[in-house]
Amino acid sequence: MKDFEYQTATTVDEAVSLLAARGERARVLTGGTDLIVQLREGLREADLVVDIKKIPELMELSYSPRSGLKLGAAVPCYRIYDDPEISRAYAALADSARIIGGWQIQSRASIGGNLCNSSPAADSIPSLIVYDVICHLAGPQGRRTVRVADFCTAPGRNVLGRGEILATLEFPPIKKNSGASYLRFIPRNEMDIAVVGAASWLQLDAAGERIEKARVALAAVAPTPLPLTAVSEWLVGKPATSETFAAAGDMASLAVKPISDKRGTVEYRKHLSGVLTKRTLVIAADRARGASAPAH
Amino acid sequence: MAKKIHVTSTINGEPIEFLCDARQSLLEVLRDTLDFTGAKEGCNNGNCGACTVLLDGLPVDSCLVLGVEVEGAKITTIEGIAREAHLHPIQQCFLEDAALQCGICTPGFIMSTKALLDSNPNPSEHEIRFQLSGNLCRCTGYDKIIRAVQDSAKALSAGVERGGTKATQPDGRRAAKKQPQAR
Repeated sequence: MKDFEYQTATTVDEAVSLLAARGERARVLTGGTDLIVQLREGLREADLVVDIKKIPELMELSYSPRSGLKLGAAVPCYRIYDDPEISRAYAALADSARIIGGWQIQSRASIGGNLCNSSPAADSIPSLIVYDVICHLAGPQGRRTVRVADFCTAPGRNVLGRGEILATLEFPPIKKNSGASYLRFIPRNEMDIAVVGAASWLQLDAAGERIEKARVALAAVAPTPLPLTAVSEWLVGKPATSETFAAAGDMASLAVKPISDKRGTVEYRKHLSGVLTKRTLVIAADRARGASAPAH
Repeated sequence: MAKKIHVTSTINGEPIEFLCDARQSLLEVLRDTLDFTGAKEGCNNGNCGACTVLLDGLPVDSCLVLGVEVEGAKITTIEGIAREAHLHPIQQCFLEDAALQCGICTPGFIMSTKALLDSNPNPSEHEIRFQLSGNLCRCTGYDKIIRAVQDSAKALSAGVERGGTKATQPDGRRAAKKQPQAR
């Protein structure tokens, strides 16, 4: 690996000014589980690496039923699933955090880093999309917010400008009678990159029978993680039954335009899109009716 | 070349200072600078877990941590878990259950097992397989490793029940060796 300069920032302003001065030649370090591999394998180069884990705002994890969840961009995955209250409230986020790499990766890697790496196959991004997360960015021009569905722009690319960092992810408070789920398919049991990933979020009526609101998003079927807007809208008003979810799965299969690569063919990915959409909707509905997330 | 950076941390309970380049991984520092060669380099990209060490009690791939990042941190390596002449019960169980062939993955498996049993003293087989999924073995298959982890859990909890007495005899052997099952 080529040598670089290493700086630790302790405030957001310090990180932004260090990064802005070096532009493309500077990289942000959180867990390092993507960045260090990319630098070592020559996929990226950096003259400066700025460690942002010492910035208190970026390590904040706070939750209350009234205000929702505030997730600092550098908080490692294990802190999410180690917190029973957060895992229960934001079960799809915990589903994602538990399967990003193995335990060694989850001790370091952050959800914010997973988002900024902007892989089309990122395990956390469909979950962030179905929770309608707001990304709080900080840059040389000040602060701004971006809806997570608009964050990724192409494989490995996103809306962050020169010197701009992701500071926190804001999850809206959990709605009554709502539930969510994330599943991915990989040919191994664990430790692999999604062939297809799917997240679903449902809000049901008080009886738990009819769908009031829905959001579905998929990974690894498009250049960026993909919100399935038409499927989500179609679900509204439908009965929360296995027939409805199967039909939504069929729609998802037809809606996606994946590519063939070493992980799977177009046909396989379309099939998986349907299966995983259906299964995550079933789990989301169960959770909306009060089922707790299974412990791994 | 940027100048070397001074880092202070605690390794296996001992305060240690070292100098490193920013680009050096914790694994390189451990092996090449500090002569802790127990952690192994397998894939060097976070897939195999052969370089697993505990960083503030959590298992990490030391190939994916920079040496400069461990300023002020507490690190435990495989060298730090035996007590004087006695192997740690997990090491003893891996040995007796023949849960290794070439041995390259073994230090990583043992460190992950230690982290697992520290947080969950009685894991199910599913939990063991899930929590150790970040460690790969290309020789044995995993059954003997899983058995060694289950036996380690028993040995450690037996040790605790007997008021903290060691699960191993003074000569390092476990008290009772169960007979292998006829197949």
